[in-house]
Amino acid sequence: MAYRHVVGPRTHVFADLATLMAKATPVRSGDRLAGIAAESAEEEMAARWCLAEVPLSEILARPLIAYEDDDVTRLILDTHDAGAFAAIAHLTVGDFREFLLTASSDTLARIAPGITPEIAAAVCKIMRNQDLILVARKCRVVTRFRSTIGLPGRLAVRLQPNHPTDDAAGITASIIDGLSYGCGDAVIGLNPASDSVSALSALLHLIDDLIQRLEIPTQGCILTHVTTTLEAMNRGLPVDLVFQSIAGTQGANASFGVTLPILKEAHEAALALKRGTVGDNCMYFETGQGSALSAGQHHGIDQQTLEARAYAVARPFRPLLVNTVVGFIGPEYLYDGKEIIRAGLEDHFCGKLMGVPLGCDVCYTNHAEADQNDMDTLLTLLGAAGCNFIMGVPGADDVMLNYQSTSFHDSLYLREVLGLKRAPEFEAWLERIGLTDADGTLVPEGPSARLIAAAPGLADRDVAA
Amino acid sequence: MSGDRTTDDPWARLARLTPARIGLGRAGAGLPTREVLRFGLAHAQARDAVHTALDAEAVCAGIASLGFETFTVASSAPDRATYLRRPDLGRALSDASREALSARAGEAVDLALVVADGLSARAVHEGAAGFLAAFKPYVARAGWRLAPVIVAVQGRVALGDGIGAALKARAVVVLIGERPGLSSPDSLGAYLTLDPRIGRSDAERNCISNIRPAGLSAEIAAFKLDWLLTQAFALGISGVNLKDGSGTALEGGAKPVPLVGGASPGS
Repeated sequence: MAYRHVVGPRTHVFADLATLMAKATPVRSGDRLAGIAAESAEEEMAARWCLAEVPLSEILARPLIAYEDDDVTRLILDTHDAGAFAAIAHLTVGDFREFLLTASSDTLARIAPGITPEIAAAVCKIMRNQDLILVARKCRVVTRFRSTIGLPGRLAVRLQPNHPTDDAAGITASIIDGLSYGCGDAVIGLNPASDSVSALSALLHLIDDLIQRLEIPTQGCILTHVTTTLEAMNRGLPVDLVFQSIAGTQGANASFGVTLPILKEAHEAALALKRGTVGDNCMYFETGQGSALSAGQHHGIDQQTLEARAYAVARPFRPLLVNTVVGFIGPEYLYDGKEIIRAGLEDHFCGKLMGVPLGCDVCYTNHAEADQNDMDTLLTLLGAAGCNFIMGVPGADDVMLNYQSTSFHDSLYLREVLGLKRAPEFEAWLERIGLTDADGTLVPEGPSARLIAAAPGLADRDVAA
Repeated sequence: MSGDRTTDDPWARLARLTPARIGLGRAGAGLPTREVLRFGLAHAQARDAVHTALDAEAVCAGIASLGFETFTVASSAPDRATYLRRPDLGRALSDASREALSARAGEAVDLALVVADGLSARAVHEGAAGFLAAFKPYVARAGWRLAPVIVAVQGRVALGDGIGAALKARAVVVLIGERPGLSSPDSLGAYLTLDPRIGRSDAERNCISNIRPAGLSAEIAAFKLDWLLTQAFALGISGVNLKDGSGTALEGGAKPVPLVGGASPGS
């Protein structure tokens, strides 16, 4: 069914809902690359006016990708909570925006299971950045494994100790550095350079030994393919969290070598290990706008909507962490700081609205029109929006993946400016070992020597030499 | 500026264990001034590497001085800003280049070498000739028939597919400036594709990455490329099904052909 909107003498026609949503999206390079972006500023606004008048029930009734063609569509519709949706079934997209701005945190939590990714994406397109921040801030998604993540007034950090050749001492050195800044409460999560199970075994033991030895209330993760992690669990290796990159269409997930049954199998295997102490959220997913287009599996749908569909893939697995690696994919999808900032706020909003524990890898590559100032802006806005977690990369420079993210220092900045605390278990641990005072502030000349001494493989290497 | 470290500082010792930026110190919640400036300089160099235009003439001259024929082509991307937004244009030859290349193509060859700016012209300016010098003895030893070395402006990896097909090459190797990291603005990648033709997927290529003075040396990279090419020709495959065993070959005592000394006939 075609949609129409009249602006003065001109009638804008949109062939179907997918076209309307694509044209209503704030323009970005990825949708242009796909040939589906609005062709003029007026067309973009006409599409937004038109989308604002579409009833939510109509979006639910018209799947953008056919039920029989795509298992993500089937997952979305088969698990839709009609009871939760009833409270908003009568609204248009425009009404829904106003509903969200006035809703309480409790109301938002109640309706979350009734919100499909397409509904979240539609309302997102007519919201300004400040709307995305204000509403997301009211959505609380709390998850637990050995630490509690997502509580109001708190921000967690993934400690990302990547090394170009997976050198154990080098990785340990980065972990110790991050811990000394009070980072690591979301996860100590390493992107390995090698994907062999034998290499994985050494890395899993390295992080697990460190967590055990220092009694850190956090979880470890090696961010390798889900099938490799499954193999690791079968071999009895210490797996806390199962990682996987996911996307919003069946075809894009297939290009990652992942299916919903594989994710289910891995989730059940990790649950059975019962390694969590305060909860059993044991999945870690990463996403990012543009991945489906990159795989040639976007079905003519805009990248922001497909990103929200990736959160629908994550949702049934009750993940501990989901993060949008927002600027990693490059300028052909998000061209500059303005597009990256907007996308980061959109992704965080859509995820939280759907009840998914969103964090953000606030990041960019060197061929994007962006710099660390843009990251400061997005970081600050996400802090205000109540983002569950960010990345902590030494000096913001990932020397393995060759991109820039946020640093341990950046987390200190955000805590000081916005008064954000760490996960409560981790905060207590830091104080217990004397790294922070009762306020959570780092103690000058804290006991870093003790951290170094306790790190396996470091005390007897170059450091003590 | 504060933050200078002495060698007995445990963090300075720790920092020697990884290229990651650890042990930076802090000023309140922020970085010491020295580190802010150091980061800014690295980013500036990476940005310059991305945006510097390829000096095709100089690159051709450097390659020609090694004894290779050269030929310059351009992709369909008219400028750098378009190139960055439209990877599809960087994968297709311009109409003029396609016609010129067809006119230039002669008999079928074993190997077409393509040197493309990719995302770092700096990497090509500083490293392409050195790599080709290291690789040349292997070509001579194997007796591979070579097409002219194609120097491509505004090129992506897949540009080599159309070039290789036009030159009737059994294999194409694209030596290309990689996306610059903050600490690696000068890194080259070498992508091998057997039986090149338009529409090949990345899964059908083998890649040797991080070729730069502080990473993989040109000598070792040339050794690896020779190993992969020899295997690809022998087995008739390239890509994910062709596993790089060159590391084992090196550990097993095989030696890269030395750059100087004329150890290889015809070098």
